[in-house]
Amino acid sequence: MALVLNEEQRLLQETAKDFLGSRAPVEALRKLRDKRDAIGYDAALWQEMAEMGWASIIVPEIYGGLEFGFLGLGVVIEEAGRTLTASPLLCSGVVGASAILLGGSEEQKQSLLPSIAQGELTFALALEETHHHRPNHIGVAASQQKDGYVLNGNKSFVLDGHNADRLIVVARSHGETRDTEGLSLFLVDGNAPGVTRTRTIMADSRNAANIQLNNVTVTASSILGEVGEGWSVLEPVLDRGRVALAAEMMGCALESFERTVNYLKEREQFGVLIGTFQSLQHRAAHMQSELELSRSVLLQALSSVDESPEDLPVMASLAKSRLNELVKLVTNEAVQMHGGIGVTDDLEIGFFLKRARSAMQIFGDTGYHKDRYATLNGY
Amino acid sequence: MEDLEQFRLDTREWLTANCPDSQRQPITPEQQYWGGRKGSFPSEDAQTWFERMRDKGWTAPEWPTPYGGGGLSPQQGRVLKEEMKRIHARTPLFGLGLWMLGPAVLEYGSEEQKQQHIRAIVNGEHRWCQGYSEPGAGSDLASLQCKAEDKGDHFLVNGSKIWTTAADRCDWIFCLVRTDPDVKKQEGISFLLIDMDDPGVSTTPIELISGESEFCQTFFDNVEVPKENLVGELNKGWSVAKALLVHERKLMSEMGSESPRQVLTPNEAAREYLEFEDGKIADARLRSDLADYDMLMQAVALTHFRTFEEKAAGMRSAAPMVMKYVGTEAEKTKSELLLAILGSRGLGWEGDGFTEQEIDTLRLWAMSKAMTIAGGSSEVQLNLVAQKILELPQP
Ligand SMILES: Cc1cc2nc3c(=O)[nH]c(=O)nc-3n(C[C@H](O)[C@H](O)[C@H](O)COP(=O)(O)OP(=O)(O)OC[C@H]3O[C@@H](n4cnc5c(N)ncnc54)[C@H](O)[C@@H]3O)c2cc1C
Repeated sequence: MALVLNEEQRLLQETAKDFLGSRAPVEALRKLRDKRDAIGYDAALWQEMAEMGWASIIVPEIYGGLEFGFLGLGVVIEEAGRTLTASPLLCSGVVGASAILLGGSEEQKQSLLPSIAQGELTFALALEETHHHRPNHIGVAASQQKDGYVLNGNKSFVLDGHNADRLIVVARSHGETRDTEGLSLFLVDGNAPGVTRTRTIMADSRNAANIQLNNVTVTASSILGEVGEGWSVLEPVLDRGRVALAAEMMGCALESFERTVNYLKEREQFGVLIGTFQSLQHRAAHMQSELELSRSVLLQALSSVDESPEDLPVMASLAKSRLNELVKLVTNEAVQMHGGIGVTDDLEIGFFLKRARSAMQIFGDTGYHKDRYATLNGY
Repeated sequence: MEDLEQFRLDTREWLTANCPDSQRQPITPEQQYWGGRKGSFPSEDAQTWFERMRDKGWTAPEWPTPYGGGGLSPQQGRVLKEEMKRIHARTPLFGLGLWMLGPAVLEYGSEEQKQQHIRAIVNGEHRWCQGYSEPGAGSDLASLQCKAEDKGDHFLVNGSKIWTTAADRCDWIFCLVRTDPDVKKQEGISFLLIDMDDPGVSTTPIELISGESEFCQTFFDNVEVPKENLVGELNKGWSVAKALLVHERKLMSEMGSESPRQVLTPNEAAREYLEFEDGKIADARLRSDLADYDMLMQAVALTHFRTFEEKAAGMRSAAPMVMKYVGTEAEKTKSELLLAILGSRGLGWEGDGFTEQEIDTLRLWAMSKAMTIAGGSSEVQLNLVAQKILELPQP
């Protein structure tokens, strides 16, 4: 197992750092927020990211992808976490691409993956129906019709859902609300008749939507995988999303941490640098320790996607749970240690604080993943 | 004791007869009355309620009657509070004048200052803000630089203050200024009252992570302040400042319990937003966090009560010194817990996708981050405990 990056991955990291640092710094997110941008990300920038291969970083070369694997993805997403860059990378490049890769037929792969790779087609996973992550809690109904299905129900907190080209709708064709059996993944055009999307303005200035499905008709060929067997696709797709998001949270934590440590080295009170106060030193050192632990967990989780998928469920829950806690600790401390300026909108630290809270909810909070970890480990 | 019972009965009767129904409900920030020349009443009932309370001196129940206060004993004051709470009566008047400056002027001010300012506070005529912090002087307040030069009949003030809450809506500011730069830093500070309408005073707002902008930076450019606006002795302002900080911290330690927004308690939120199985919260972690929080709040409430009893009995204890730290940290824990309970519904910033209550929960969460910094950060509070209570050696 690779717990260090290889030469190629380090190069990719540098490229990503330079590019995102200059083209999509936190300032860019602030601008999108302030002008209440309708898309919520910079489409031209996303095109450039795609040209560098990032939209298809995990897509095999035969489908026009970069085939750089999850460790490669991790370094790019981590850098995006440092700059809080808004883009469809997570929803399309990771979750959307994975769903097609893991669940799609050969035909679906050939028709969809190259467009994802080009950054032309964006995806959103329409999963949640409550305000907590409950992937098997699906009430949206898929009823069979002559040559296809009709979808009815509501989805909430659909990331990028307000403008993604395609929705991957998790719906139920049979079984009770909490069963993992009876779920199917449907590809639905975002503008299909019967789809109503309402954008929600979230704390982290990113995009999510509430989606209503009202007699939306889909053909049988739009199912990813087998009817009623969607869970076997959904779970690994979510785990990949969790691991990728953990990488973003790592970047978010690392950036706020470094900014804070720098502040401890430059802010003077009582005639000394505040970094000389032992109470702050110990807490900074504690965060460093937590960052180290999280780093190892993250690397192992990322590499398990490609190298030992049988470990992925446990690793994904471990990574998401630990990174949730890390990012909470670090962003809270960052604000506190900055003192008064830490709670002003002028300072970017607040953007990290708010992004952290969203990331902590997406694909499962700490409680969810601790519980899952225990279950997977048989206790 | 019997007198106190009689007082309770009379108070109960008076409140029932005089507090309008609309003033017996939880209050939102928009419904608060802060007085001042720039202030206005949020509603007619709020005005009626304020005027009735004012006429009894009950905007400042424990202040002396000659200056418009209610002249109540601390025990009577507590009874009044309890009786108001019983019917959910709103606080008729808010403000730093009532909470912080008033007590300091009553203790250190001249007779003229009491005549001029105390009644104006009780009557809601003047709204006050606090000019302590400066860009370079936060936790290390005593290193402040804003200077006041003695020009015979007045002081000439130059410099700036930062984080002055609501300065753009206030009439007066109480300031710490440097009047002697050549002595130990605490010994050259004076306590000055400045009319915000004086030429040379200006403010600019600073936006917060909660999306509100309560803060301002306040600038003084050759402001002439009459000598009689000095509170206490020249260069002895530090002791006034410290006395006032004690009030501020006490206030902040209690603030959580009367949070002004319409936010659910974690317990109520759990009922509304969490799944229950066999009467228990299904999410074991949130259940345990909620129990932790509830127990903490019980302990905090009991300690507040104990400190009151101890004070009334003339005893001293360490508890009041830790309460600012404990209270504001608990408030932060509560906000984090609420967000966790609300899940994605707690992440709404604005718009129709969320209820007002949900958005307020998030905004209050962002604001809770400020409370462990304002009025002396948690770290500084702990330093004080280590030094003053534990008398630990200093580096
Ligand atoms: C909501 C809010 C309202 C406020 N309202 C007012 C107001 O109305 N009027 C006013 O004058 N001021 C006001 N303030 C300012 C407030 O008093 C200061 O922000 C506070 O004293 C901290 O100072 P600072 O921001 O300069 O932080 P700094 O002093 O720079 O502190 C930075 C970090 O270093 C830590 N630190 C500093 N010294 C030590 C030490 N000795 N040991 C360990 N750690 C240390 C701090 O705890 C903090 O974590 C307000 C602040 C807030 C957040």
